Amino acid sequence: MGYRLGVDVGGTFTDLLLFNTETGAFWRHKTPSTPHDSSEGILNGVTAICAQAGIKASEIDYFLHGTTVATNAVLEGKGAKVGLVTTEGYRDILQIARSFVPGGLAAWIIWPKPQPLAALEDTVTVKGRISAEGEELRPLDEADVRAQLGILKQNGVKAVTVSLINAYTNGAHEKRIGEIAAEILPDVPISLSHRVLPEMQEYERTLTTVANASVQPVVATYVSNLRTRLAAEGMTGKLSLLRSDGGLMSAQKAEEHPVNILMSGPAGGVTGAIWVGRNAGIKNILTLDVGGTSTDVALIENLEPRRQRTTEVGHLSVRASALDVKTVGAGGGSIAYVPELTRALRVGPQSAGAVPGPVAYGKGGELPTVTDANVVLGYLPENLLGGTFKLDREGAKRAVQTIADALGIDLMAAARGIIDIVNENMFGALRMISVQQGYDPRDFAVMGFGGAGPLHVNAVARLMGAWPAVSPVSPGVLCALGDATTRMRTETARSWSRLAQDTKPEDLVAVLDEMATQVKGELLSDGVPEGEITTAFEVDVRYAGQAFEVPLTITAADLARDGIAGVLARFDEEHKRLFTFNMDTPHEIVNLRAVALGRALDLPAAPLPQGNGDPSAAKIRDHKLWMDGREQDAVIYDRAKLRAGDIIPGPAIVCEMDSTTLIESGCVATVDAVGNILINLA
Amino acid sequence: MAATIVQTNNTPFNKVAIDPVTLDIIENALRNARVEMDATLVRTAMSPGIREQGDAFPLIADHTGKMIVGQFGSFIGGFLANYEGTLEDGDMIFLSDPYSVDGAISHSNDWLVLLPVFKDGRLIAYTSMFGHQSDIGGKVVGSMPINARSIYEEGVRIPPVKIWKKGEYNDDLMKLVMHQTRKPDWCAADLNALIASCRVAARRVIEMAERFGDDVYVSATQELLARNHRAMKTLLAQAVSEEPVSFEDYICDDGMGYGPYKIKCTMWRDGDKVILDFDGTDPQSSASINFFLNENMFKMFFGIYMIMVFDPQILFNDGFYDLIDVRIPEGSLLKPKFPAALSGRTHALGRIFDILGGLLGQKTPEFLNAAGFSSSPHLFYSGNDARPGKGNAWFQLFQIGFGGIPGRPLGDGPDGHSLWPGFTNVPNEFLERYFPMVIERYSTEPDSGGAGLHRGGNGIHMTYRFLSPGTISIHDDRWFVPPWGVNGGEPGKRARKILERADGTQIIIGNKVEDIDVATDDRLHFITWGGGGWGDPLERDPALVAKEIVQGLVTAEGARAYGVVIAADGTVDTAATETLRTQMRSARGETKLFDFGPDIETLRANCEDETGLKAPVQPQWAHLAIAAE
Repeated sequence: MGYRLGVDVGGTFTDLLLFNTETGAFWRHKTPSTPHDSSEGILNGVTAICAQAGIKASEIDYFLHGTTVATNAVLEGKGAKVGLVTTEGYRDILQIARSFVPGGLAAWIIWPKPQPLAALEDTVTVKGRISAEGEELRPLDEADVRAQLGILKQNGVKAVTVSLINAYTNGAHEKRIGEIAAEILPDVPISLSHRVLPEMQEYERTLTTVANASVQPVVATYVSNLRTRLAAEGMTGKLSLLRSDGGLMSAQKAEEHPVNILMSGPAGGVTGAIWVGRNAGIKNILTLDVGGTSTDVALIENLEPRRQRTTEVGHLSVRASALDVKTVGAGGGSIAYVPELTRALRVGPQSAGAVPGPVAYGKGGELPTVTDANVVLGYLPENLLGGTFKLDREGAKRAVQTIADALGIDLMAAARGIIDIVNENMFGALRMISVQQGYDPRDFAVMGFGGAGPLHVNAVARLMGAWPAVSPVSPGVLCALGDATTRMRTETARSWSRLAQDTKPEDLVAVLDEMATQVKGELLSDGVPEGEITTAFEVDVRYAGQAFEVPLTITAADLARDGIAGVLARFDEEHKRLFTFNMDTPHEIVNLRAVALGRALDLPAAPLPQGNGDPSAAKIRDHKLWMDGREQDAVIYDRAKLRAGDIIPGPAIVCEMDSTTLIESGCVATVDAVGNILINLA
Repeated sequence: MAATIVQTNNTPFNKVAIDPVTLDIIENALRNARVEMDATLVRTAMSPGIREQGDAFPLIADHTGKMIVGQFGSFIGGFLANYEGTLEDGDMIFLSDPYSVDGAISHSNDWLVLLPVFKDGRLIAYTSMFGHQSDIGGKVVGSMPINARSIYEEGVRIPPVKIWKKGEYNDDLMKLVMHQTRKPDWCAADLNALIASCRVAARRVIEMAERFGDDVYVSATQELLARNHRAMKTLLAQAVSEEPVSFEDYICDDGMGYGPYKIKCTMWRDGDKVILDFDGTDPQSSASINFFLNENMFKMFFGIYMIMVFDPQILFNDGFYDLIDVRIPEGSLLKPKFPAALSGRTHALGRIFDILGGLLGQKTPEFLNAAGFSSSPHLFYSGNDARPGKGNAWFQLFQIGFGGIPGRPLGDGPDGHSLWPGFTNVPNEFLERYFPMVIERYSTEPDSGGAGLHRGGNGIHMTYRFLSPGTISIHDDRWFVPPWGVNGGEPGKRARKILERADGTQIIIGNKVEDIDVATDDRLHFITWGGGGWGDPLERDPALVAKEIVQGLVTAEGARAYGVVIAADGTVDTAATETLRTQMRSARGETKLFDFGPDIETLRANCEDETGLKAPVQPQWAHLAIAAE
């Protein structure tokens, strides 16, 4: 007996997935999101899905949740008013940032001036200085500290962040300021940069600490609100949130370190893809999560997603681990247009969004979108299964015709052109995370999910030469599935910044051990039994003088056996794979990280009844669509009626409640034992 | 003599029709390849100039050498015309002599790699990239001596040579080159990085040709050039008038006590063709501030500015070059005669952009930006680390600073940001960790941005405290002739450099100085210029001015430039503000399209009082042929 409930709150819909951990049976539900208070939509969904499964909310052991609440607080500037205390001479640290202006030559002309996350009027400086070696150059002037904190108090800040120069080498001054702040502003949360991120680079450390403080109150309110409402429904299970790096953290920990859930949203799909891959026997996966305005892509190698050390939110780059998810402005709502001067066909990044939406949705949209092109070509049938509204194909045709006229080509060529361009944009994003990182896409499958992923996955797989193209079970709620099936995770990082030749293995081991104890303690305090916790280490290495580090995963046993030389040999190998050359320059060990993981759950997928290979029982009707430059006969199938082993020749369309899978001509799909559709070249 | 291209397959490419969708796909893929070049370079380079500040420029050209994507305007045609030798599969050209490529690179610090890309025995493309080397030998650390009289004093000069010859690496050549520099480790890494970037792009080109077919790929590159030609032709007809407009601006000095040097450009359209004529520009300097400006490079700058100002959607390439005629007088500051010194070219390079902005915006003030390019202000600090436990190890820092971004039609100029693409500052904790220094201050300089409806960005005030004796050199400009404001906006404040000795005495030092000795605990205040203001400062919301005072970006004194009076409690004194603004309006009359500040003679007369430095002396060119006039 045991239930895990995954809940993913998106802009339009809240997706829920209830998972029976013993049988692998699951129930899914989609309900409109309620942006004024998302717990309302969640509650609606919980009630509905429990009714569907015939269980009581109290039977749910784990409530696992991916949320964009922190992301939106940053993007919409709705974070708390943060006061920043920094070192004398550095008041403008967030104003100057890294002096970087994005774009090419002259791009400064059109770049809006950003406002710092902690306002300059709420930024104060204090006298006192620590050196790069961690020594005290000038003592902290406590009278000054009190005066400056008084200003912040008067300004009515809701959170205080302390980030001093070189605090990553010695946090004593920060700690003392924290103590004084606790006296002067007793009810205000305080965060110290050397605790949040003990790493070199003052701007990144300060920004990360401020971002954390800024979203803390928003996340705290959200979590406590949600907890209260769930409790009222009788739910007593554990509440955990999905981290940007694809692991789970307890809601309490998320309240303390919300900077770790800034990219919780896109992480869900990737963890869902890992669960699907494990059950489908596919270990290397490129994910293609196609939404209304954008597409997220990520790379999974041997069922491990690639991670990166920064989380990008809007124009801010925060130092917190996140899955390496790249986003392109290419989705179902992306608008196609032909600029007057060049007469080129462009698709996106402007999007029709949910309102007015594509023309075919009949909600007032007038500009041609990718969805409209899919409708015109017959890839999205007019009557969506289970849908109560009919798509406006004539309207979509009229809109796409404007593109055809501007380019001087016929309607179908224009529609396919729009699809080709948007597929190409997705292809470009996938190349960035695969080919450009030294991976051969032919070693990977492509998995399409989100509303429109299964519609494009076949074409994108063909561009990549990566097979099979996978349309997973429940592609529309894969994020919620990911929330439900991933495991607990936490990590900590420190700067090391020493040459490998000057590093004694025993010193390294001692620090790593200390870090391991710390992360293990965090999971223990979250109630994870000691026997279920595993720890791992990561070491960032570079040639001394480079700006870019290569992260290497090591175990204590590796280090004991091969020493530091073993780590360096692996770095050389990786550097060569990435950049084609090695150097004689000494190696520098830059950062250390320790990761603690909860038990990997062995959650099986429910098997599908075995069929005889013939999908005709699932056939809805015959259909016509436009592909390879001509109109072709196709068949539409009902996904719910497909059986394991069914073989579907392309062109064909498979419909389900919230998603449509397109199988192109020249390809053939098979349904695997648990219901995933695997498409290969015929 | 021209280069001989040796192909094992001489079948010409067939021109085939390209559908618009394929064309856009190829365009997009080329753009991605170019981005990948930048990424590869930054990740593997080592000198701070490239790795932190991205001082490097990529290019992918078609099989005739025309740039399809990139950022420096193709020099390949000119190179091929002058190169005496063969180009074969497996060759890679390496060079650094600006005089060998008509100034496509403008000083010897820029090392350039050119890779002809062969597929099945046919030359199908070129990829190329250059990057600034932190040290190439010569008489000063950093290899950019302000007082050089000829290019021979500026470090190793590399004519076009083959670093790879038919697939074979020229090891001896590289030993010879690396023997000249103080930082062979950085140079080797950066050169590796340039090569890796060119190879990545070459691989992408070949993949594209394999995917679409060689003929389709090559035809697509030609169509991309043609498309750009058509778009720019329309844009030029709309945006450039047949009536000539002129604009002139100055480089403050040459670091030898002479200045300012005038750069003048006149623009008009004659039918389809736009003429950009630098007649009236001062003759070349006998020191190193000369900027050998390649005509194609300037066409590219002009094109990018047109696009950014009027229509940012157009992808930029070489296709429109025959629509532009650039005329630069021989022997002028922008086309100096060999062997003129070139290393200090950054000031004129910066000034060219202010001039472009002024030229293009004159007839369309709504698109006009104020001035804000000074140069890339440089600081060099080198020596042997005398701190205990540091073993007297050699250190050398080359750092690029930033000023204020000008006020713009869009809004205020960002404070302390980069006008150059891809540049970032170096984290101060990084500086303190790897160099003997403490950065005591890193802030914006209040009031330095020119007053305006849209305020110019403030410059940066950075204070270095040195922890070891050593020498410093500084290259900066805009200390004498201020960055101008537009549409009623005022000029920004000028740059200053102050050396504060350990005992507290302050010395104003120049903005172009070489080899100044510093002692432990000396402080250098490196203060950069502010951007010019945009629009009438008397129209700026007084509440915003008051807020910026609290933020420390403007002072109560500085608020007077906006006609804003601040009461004792820090709020706006509305009545006094109204009165002051009325007074100021009637006193000044109509607002000016350009506000350059005082004229040159007035600047000279007040120079010592205002800047603490002697006024530069009007240069005389008796010993040189006068190029202008």
